[in-house]
Amino acid sequence: MKEQFTLSIYTENLIGILHRVTTIFTRRHINIESITASESEVKDIHRYTIVVSSEEDKIKKIVKQIEKQVDVFKAFYHKNDGIVYQEMALYKMPTKQLSQTKEVENIVRKHHARLLAVEPDFTIIEKTGFKEETQELFEQLKPHGILEFVRSGRISISKPMKEFQDYFTEVEQASRL
Amino acid sequence: METVATKSQKTKTTMSGAAALVNCLIREGVETLFGYPGGAIMPVYDALFDQKEKIRHIMTRHEQGATHAAQGFARISGKVGVCLATSGPGATNLITGLADAQLDSTPMVCITGQVPGKMIGSDAFQETDIVSISMAVTKWNIQVTKAEDIPAAVAKAFYIAKSGKPGPVLVDITKDAQFEKAEFEDYQTCDQIRSYVPNPKLSEKALDQAAELINSAKKPLILFGHGVLLSNAKKEFQDFVEKTGIPAAWTIMGLSALPTSHPLNVGMLGMHGNYAPNILTNECDVLIAVGMRFDDRVTGDVSRYAKQAKVIHLEIDPAEINKNVEANVPVLGNCKESLTALLEKANENQHGEWLARFNELNAQEDEKVIKDELNPQADEPMSMGEVIKHISNISRGNAIIVTDVGQHQMVAQRYYQYANWKSNVTSGGLGTMGFALPAAIGAKFAAPNRQVIAVIGDGGFQMTIQELGVIFETKVDVKILLLNNEYLGMVRQWQHMFFEKRYSSVDMVNPDFQMIAKGYGIESEKVTERDKLEDSIHRFLSHEGSFLLEVMVGKENNIFPMIPTGASVSEIRLE
Repeated sequence: MKEQFTLSIYTENLIGILHRVTTIFTRRHINIESITASESEVKDIHRYTIVVSSEEDKIKKIVKQIEKQVDVFKAFYHKNDGIVYQEMALYKMPTKQLSQTKEVENIVRKHHARLLAVEPDFTIIEKTGFKEETQELFEQLKPHGILEFVRSGRISISKPMKEFQDYFTEVEQASRL
Repeated sequence: METVATKSQKTKTTMSGAAALVNCLIREGVETLFGYPGGAIMPVYDALFDQKEKIRHIMTRHEQGATHAAQGFARISGKVGVCLATSGPGATNLITGLADAQLDSTPMVCITGQVPGKMIGSDAFQETDIVSISMAVTKWNIQVTKAEDIPAAVAKAFYIAKSGKPGPVLVDITKDAQFEKAEFEDYQTCDQIRSYVPNPKLSEKALDQAAELINSAKKPLILFGHGVLLSNAKKEFQDFVEKTGIPAAWTIMGLSALPTSHPLNVGMLGMHGNYAPNILTNECDVLIAVGMRFDDRVTGDVSRYAKQAKVIHLEIDPAEINKNVEANVPVLGNCKESLTALLEKANENQHGEWLARFNELNAQEDEKVIKDELNPQADEPMSMGEVIKHISNISRGNAIIVTDVGQHQMVAQRYYQYANWKSNVTSGGLGTMGFALPAAIGAKFAAPNRQVIAVIGDGGFQMTIQELGVIFETKVDVKILLLNNEYLGMVRQWQHMFFEKRYSSVDMVNPDFQMIAKGYGIESEKVTERDKLEDSIHRFLSHEGSFLLEVMVGKENNIFPMIPTGASVSEIRLE
């Protein structure tokens, strides 16, 4: 059965690893729904968050293939109930839409979105939440003229309490054997 | 080169990146490498010119040949095979060999030249993004753009290539980094990478569980693969087999890890393997997989593979566990260490009745297949099997057999009586036609005192035939057995069996191979009559120097037994 999975992957900060990781998905004809990469809580170690839909059996094998890469420390996968996650969306609206009627302002308030920038020509609205929430805001703002829209990849934190630092120490010790 | 002692007492030497690279190779113990020069790798070739005494460069006639030669060298020597190539087409010509080495876990380091750093991305002459291109077929790769980074990259490359599950690595070095002068400290080999765990720690619990299963098994079967050879577990494996008395069957990558004549060697697994081990895979109660990866050519339909058995999987790569076949007891670790530990825990045993089942089935295969293959009727054309039988007898099973891919490969591996450890070199996972000739050259450079016989079909021979030039130039003593059926035999067999005999593009319009050999200064004979065969083989094997023996064999002989694609191992057909 296809389900949504979020993978967290800890790697060295080196050129090319992202390519090695993504080709593990493309080779198996699995589309990456979203991807985010940034430095993790451990200095010089990067963390990728990748969202895909597939079968758990396939994902297990993929996680092993990812961990097999020399410059990858550790890879984890979670179902949505095993993580806390968020995405961010930005909406660019004509400023006159906000100044002329109250409607846009009401939508923004209702969705707990915030105004990030207000320029004479345009206003940027920011909303953080689940995809369904940022999408709902999009649908409601759409009749008022969205000039541009962008949504980030998912970022997620897993619920289990073991810290990456502990895994990192384990891997580093095992690498010396 | 200029050497100065700095305040910290560390000796630093100023030299070019190219000279540093050659020094690194020497320090890694490289004495022979294979390659082909070109624009972007010229500084390295210039540096090699200064080190001719220490490092021998074998110029193949195509970069693909260099990769296969390096593979043959690595497989026989146990060392890392090394290749050099220029940028662009030189680099892309390495891809087949890299893919082959990746699938067959062969330690190899390929060094490619790249256009100067400032020209990268400009679609410069002979620029290709070889790091991206080779990513899918390398264990690791890197681009180096500064001379000072060369030693660390090379050290890491060698460490990764040979540690854990070995594999191919590519180091791409820009031309300006090769030219650039820098100060180099004494070379340090790499022995650890913090994100990389090549040798998983043995689990005592897993070993105990495995030993318990092995000791209580009534009908156990060992499957052995390349891991036995790669981990140098010659004694450990044979001792384990003998102590436990368990019949052992091989994958083509594991072939020659146990002598063919060993009473517990029950033959070849998989599509064209022996009848007994395939049938009995689906009857055994405990399956002990040692350093093998359950390739589809071994398992047939995996959903009907050894479902009745408890599976113990000795494997170094965690990604192989449960990949194709679920393991009840995975034993992660280097085979040699796992076998050493298991040897202690396993009881001495014999499985006479169970072995008798193998003999029963062997007799059926002998009757239906082997007898005819090895001793055809006088009015039948020569068979590949009878040629291999004579080669085996006359060389007393002592040669290194290097095979190409196809019918002759299956026949050579089925019928050659391998007497010695590490005597089979073949392209297993990738099935690369054209592999044998250059791989045999590499094998001979690795083991100059052993007889090396390349067994090749008329199709594969023409894929890398240009490497006869290396034999011509270096006089390397490789014996070439050309089994000529004037067809792409394996494809033809499939068209015969599964495509209603519609022979599409398998008929080979061949040149005069003896004339080609002559052009390269290689002596040859062509055998068309059975009564000349044995004498010719004697001359072939006793000839000093390389020799081409072309044998015209039956055009439409099929290889049996066979597990058709999609069938189960126990549905193996004898006819």
